[in-house]
Parts: sequence; structure tokens; C-alpha cells
Amino acid sequence: MMSDLMFARSQMAMSLAFHIVFAVVGIGMPALMVIAEWRWLRTRDAVMLELAKRWAKGTAILFAVGAVSGTVLSFELGLLWPTFMEHAGAVIGMPFSLEGFAFFTEAIFLGIYLYAWKRIPPRAHLAAGVVVAFSGALSGAFVVCANAWMNAPAGFEMVNGQVTNVDPLAAMFNAAAPAQVVHMTLAAYAATAFAVAGIHAFALWRGTLHRAFHRAALQIALVIGLPAALLQPLSGDWSARDVAVRQPVKLAAMEGHLRTGPAAFVIGGWPNGQTLEHTGAIEIPGALSFLLHGDPNAVIPGVDSVPAEDRPPLGIVHLAFQIMIGCGSVMAALSLFGVYRWWQRRRGRGVPLPDDRRFLVAIMLTAPLGFIALEAGWTVTEVGRQPWIVQGVMRTAEAVTPMPGLGVTFALFTVLYIGLAVAVVFLLWRQILKTGVTPVPLGVTSELPLPSRVTGGSPITKP
Amino acid sequence: MISPAELTWTLPHIVAGVMVLSLNAYVLLGGADFGGGVWDFFARGDRKDEQRALIAEAIGPIWEANHVWLILVVVLLFSCFPKAFAHLATELHVPLTIMLVGVVLRGSAFTFRTYDSKRDTVQRRWGRVFSIASLLTPIVLGVCLGAIAAGAVPMRDPATAASLSFMDRFVHPWFASPFPWAVGVLTLLLFAFLAASYLTLEAPEGPLREVFRRRAQQSQLALLITAATTLVVARAEDPRLFEGLTQGHTALAMHAVTACAAAASLWALANRRFQIARFAAAAQATFILWGWAWTQFPWLIPPDHTITMLAAPRITLQLILSALGVGTVILLPSFVYLFRVFKRGETVFDADQG
Repeated sequence: MMSDLMFARSQMAMSLAFHIVFAVVGIGMPALMVIAEWRWLRTRDAVMLELAKRWAKGTAILFAVGAVSGTVLSFELGLLWPTFMEHAGAVIGMPFSLEGFAFFTEAIFLGIYLYAWKRIPPRAHLAAGVVVAFSGALSGAFVVCANAWMNAPAGFEMVNGQVTNVDPLAAMFNAAAPAQVVHMTLAAYAATAFAVAGIHAFALWRGTLHRAFHRAALQIALVIGLPAALLQPLSGDWSARDVAVRQPVKLAAMEGHLRTGPAAFVIGGWPNGQTLEHTGAIEIPGALSFLLHGDPNAVIPGVDSVPAEDRPPLGIVHLAFQIMIGCGSVMAALSLFGVYRWWQRRRGRGVPLPDDRRFLVAIMLTAPLGFIALEAGWTVTEVGRQPWIVQGVMRTAEAVTPMPGLGVTFALFTVLYIGLAVAVVFLLWRQILKTGVTPVPLGVTSELPLPSRVTGGSPITKP
Repeated sequence: MISPAELTWTLPHIVAGVMVLSLNAYVLLGGADFGGGVWDFFARGDRKDEQRALIAEAIGPIWEANHVWLILVVVLLFSCFPKAFAHLATELHVPLTIMLVGVVLRGSAFTFRTYDSKRDTVQRRWGRVFSIASLLTPIVLGVCLGAIAAGAVPMRDPATAASLSFMDRFVHPWFASPFPWAVGVLTLLLFAFLAASYLTLEAPEGPLREVFRRRAQQSQLALLITAATTLVVARAEDPRLFEGLTQGHTALAMHAVTACAAAASLWALANRRFQIARFAAAAQATFILWGWAWTQFPWLIPPDHTITMLAAPRITLQLILSALGVGTVILLPSFVYLFRVFKRGETVFDADQG
């Protein structure tokens, strides 16, 4: 039987895991649609306009779910962790308030963007899109600042269990914030762009009547996705060094570095929390010490550096971390290959990426990896901080609500989120089908104007 | 009962005022969106599809922006009155959870219905979920506010709180007495009345407009009856609350202006002066809300915890108020722009003609 604490943690984890997908899409998609609209204004290529409109529709569906699941989270902070909020509210309310405003701005201008195509001048419309993209990224950054505070608490003192000497600015600009914000923002762009690229690569690979449309879409998605995926390992390295300084036990759990001493780089395996031994791991001796300190013999504190009650669950954290870097590495490698091919193409060799069927397959296969890495990464940072809700200050068990029977609300939200997820997938799939990703339209007629080669009529690209 | 020192305006009071202000915006904007859902539920007759289309069009572009006002209230509560937030979220866990489910279903079902391309049964089902959620959520919101106002969720010392049974602590305060429910019904009717009044303006001249004119009149009457009932219930249940609602110049003045707004709305609806009707409806809702706020002042968690007692440290309040100031400078013009764009005539720029 699970305890109420476990139900509360599970409900929070589920809500976060659900919301993060939509939050990230709310950061990534506006960037894509703005680029498409900008290209439309520059080139008057009707495909670009169509693309901006399609992407905007997808954004609208996902943004709405993001808005409501975000509301759930803001309430759940109190519903599940009232003691945490009672102490932390005054300290980290600042980034949340700013996030509120950024989100407000995003919602207002997304409304304008979606519904005012014919009501405002084209440049004003593009500007509205830019505001959506910018405020989306900003609101994500504010929330990550608040989360970073839980990893690197600052801006207050605890005296006899009461919070005093509050400095909300010091709390907001805590030491963990910069690395986390950069890592998360890049993750948002990489995950969204790769998923979008995968859908359009699928259309091109299957063969479609709307080649120009899907080619343009794939190109724009790659323009965002490839650089983000290439930069992400660097930002990950920065993050890991940060964690090594501030949360050595979290780092030890992530890397599977169980005993204090020179650290090997541990690939795979499952750590045993009792014996502090690995089963089935490949170890590269000294590699982690070298990565962190440039010296293979540098001593790194292991999981054993703190008593057992202060250690996070080792297996989950290590596994999630491995999944994250695995996905990230594949995406970075494919990006490197893509950039190389693009550079070759510029020098007049090879075929364009959208015409390379093997590249299309590779993109389709990597499409979900960004989101998998994202979920795994949040698992690392949240589970890796356990048993603390605020590192070294408050334990998660102290923060949970006294309300009994949390299994019921957990079950309720599980059902709700599963229902929502099914509905979103179903709806998006219908939207995607309308762009003719399959030659056989599966009962849904494509809404895109057919290219001239098929209709013999007006060309899709207007002069 | 209230010492003069309590009545001096301080930083916490200003923040509390801002919270009521954003709750006010939520009632006028988000509330009307919920009200739209109520009328979607009650759409009847030959013109029910037209009614639903009009409601969807009115809610469409701005519901997410309207919804953020609620988030703002929550964020202000937990940053500036963290103890109050922790307390309310604990004691009102059950109704708040129900309300959240309503918020989630309302928002997502509305969006799914809008973007679901096929006009089929699936879409009708989304519409059903949207309208039922719009009906339930305002009631539960009102129940929570009513329970707080009645002092039914007092702050207790942890030992006393822990000694209470599950029902006595988490259910009875809001469920067992009629006053919170009266406020819940009042909230629902207020939202429905606001929506109908606004929709008279959105609707084209003719039978559709008449439908919403009648709806506005009916909901206004129901609202007035419920308001009177709520007062009676308050008197029976909680003499102190009733005293707050009915005594003192300010309380009476609030009732007087609310009554004037109600009368103006009825007159305007009868004479088809829809601009005035909308304005009067908004004024009436505003006065009701501020009347409640005034009754509760200076208590944040009645019966014995004031706004000042529960406030966060001064520096937090100062910074958040500054952030609110900066935010307003950005948001206000954005909002004006949003409403101007959508309340102006159609088709000015056709992107496809580029």
C-alpha cells in the first residue's frame, strides 16, 4: 500500500510530466510559426503562409491544454505541499508573479495571432507572433528559476523553523538558475523541433501530394532543431558541473558514483542501494573525475558521503540520467551529420536533406527522443533532489498535506490526464492528416490546395 | 470589534486590494466565459446551434487571457499571504480539487470543440463536457469563497486541527451548511447574467439578440432572488456575517449602488439599450464583489486572522507590487489592443491577397 506521501509525489510527478510537454511546445512552436510567417512576408510563398497557419492551429490546441494543466500545478503546489508553500511562497513568489505576466502576454498575443489574420496589418501580425515566442520562452525561464531555487536555495534564513531575512531577488537569481534556464530552453527548442521535423519527414518519406509544404516545414524545423541539439551537450556539461558543486549527492546518484574516490564513468547498470554495488554496468575508470576536474584521479564524493536517509532513489536517477544523455547524444550526432550535409550541399555536393530518404528515416526515429530526454531530465532533477523538497532545508515528507486519502485524487487526476492525452493525440492526428501526410487520406480530405502538377490549375506558389 | 489600528491602510491591504481587483477582472471576463458555457448548456429551440456558435465566437480569442486572472490571484495569494494559501489549500482541498477538474475540462473541451474539424458527434460531446463543466465550476468557486467568508475554515492550532475527524475538517466546513451553497448558486447566476448581458451586444439584430435579452432578464431576476435568499441564510446561520453584510454606512451604500446597477440593467434590457445593459451588468457584478470584500475586511481568514497578520515580509510585498506595476504597463495596452482588434469590424486585411 502506497503512503499518502507517495501518492502526493506521484500526482505531482504526473502533473509535471504532463504539463512540461505542453509548456515546451508553447515555447518551441511559436518560434517555428514566426519563422514561417516571416518567410511568407519575405518571399510571398503561399506554402509558408499555409505552414504558419497550420502550426498556429497546432499551437492553439496544445497551448490551451498547457494553460489548464499549468493552472492545476499552481493549485497543486498548495493542495499537495502546503507546508512548502507556507515557507517558500514569500521567497520564490517573485519569479512566479513574473511568469504570470509573461504568460498573460503570451495568451493575449496568441489570441491575436490566431484570430486576427485578417484584422491587423501583416507586419503587426508577425510582431504579435514574435511577442508570443519571446514571452513563451521568458515564462519558461521564470518557472525554471523557481525550480532552481529548490536545488540551490538562497535569499532567506531559517531561524527556529521560520523563514526570515527574505530577499526575493537573491532567491530568484540563485546560483543554479543560469545553467538550468539555458539547459531547459535549449531542450524546449530541440524537443519541439525534432518532433515536428519527424512528422513532416514521415510525410515526405511516405510520399505526399504536398511535397513543397512538407519540405518547407522540415527545413524550418531543422533550422531550429539542429543548432539546439548541438548546443545541448555543452549546456548539459555546464549543468553537471553546477550540480557537482551544489548537490554532490545528486551528481553521484546520476552518474552511479556510489563510493567516494576517483570516479569512473558508469554506463548502464543498476545500482544497489544496500551494498553500494553495480550490476551490469560498463565502467570507464577515471573518466568522470577527468570530465569534472581534468584529472582522472580527482576524488569525487560518492553516494556514501551522506547517511542513507539523505540519499535519493539511486536506480531511477541513474537510469533517467542515462536515458537523457543517450537521447541527447543521438540527437546531437544526427545534428552534426545534418549540418555537415548542409555544408556539403552549399558547396554543390550531395542532395538536399529533405530528399535524402535515409536522413528522413533517421529524423523520424529521433522525433520522440527530445521529449523522452526532457521527461528523463526532469526525473533526474526532481527525484535526484530527494529526500529534500528544498535542498538541505526542508524534506519532502515535512511538506506534504495532512489531508488523507490522496490516493483518490491521484486516481482522479490519472484518469483526467489519460483522457486529455488521448484527446490531444486524436485531435492533433486529425489536424496532421488534413495536411496530407499520407497519399491515402484515411477518410479525411486534405484541406491544402493541391499543387498544379495534380490539378493542372493554379500553381500553389503565387508570384 | 475592529480596532482603529487595523483600519490604517498598509502594504498588505494594497496587495489584498489588487487581489480583489484581479478577482474582479476574472469575474467580469472569465466569469462571463463560464456564463457562456451555461447558456450553451441551456441552448434550446430552433436557434440552438446559432446560439452556440455566437457563444463560441465571443469566448474564442480571449478565454485563455481571461483565465490568467485566476492564476494571478493564486500567485498573489501564495507569494504575499503564503500562510493563508497553505491553510486554504489544505482545508479546502476537496472543493478546490473539484474546481480544478472543472477548470481543466472546461478549457480543454472548449478548445477541442473549436479545433475539431469534423462537425460530428465527437464534437457535440466536447460541447457537452464544456457546458457541464461551465455549470459546475462557478458553483464550487462560490462555495469556497462563501465558506471562507462565513468563517467556516478558521485557522486552528495544528493539534486541534489534527484531532478533528476527516469529515469535520475537510468536508463539513463547506459542504454541510447552506450559506456556501447559496454563494455558489449566486456566483453561477451572476456569471450567467453577465454572459447574457454581454451577448445581447455580440448578437446580430433580430431573434438571436432577443433570446439573450430574455436570458439576461431571467437570470437577473433569479440573481436578485438568490441574493435575497443568501442574506436570509446568512442571518439564520451566522449573525456576525449578517451584521457585516447589513450594518454600517459603507455596507448600506454598497447595497444601494448594487441595487441601482440592477435597476439600470433591468431598465436598459427592457428598452433594448444594450450598451447600457452591459455596463450596468458589469457594474452590478463589481459592486457585489467589492461588497463581499468590504464585509470581510480586514479579515483574510475569518473569524480571527487579518490581512496584516498573514502577510509575507515587507520586501516581498514591495517587490511584487513593483513587478505588478511594470507588468501592468505592459499588459494594459496589450489588453486594450486585444479588445480593440476583436470588437472592430471584420476583414480589414486579407493575408491571402498579400
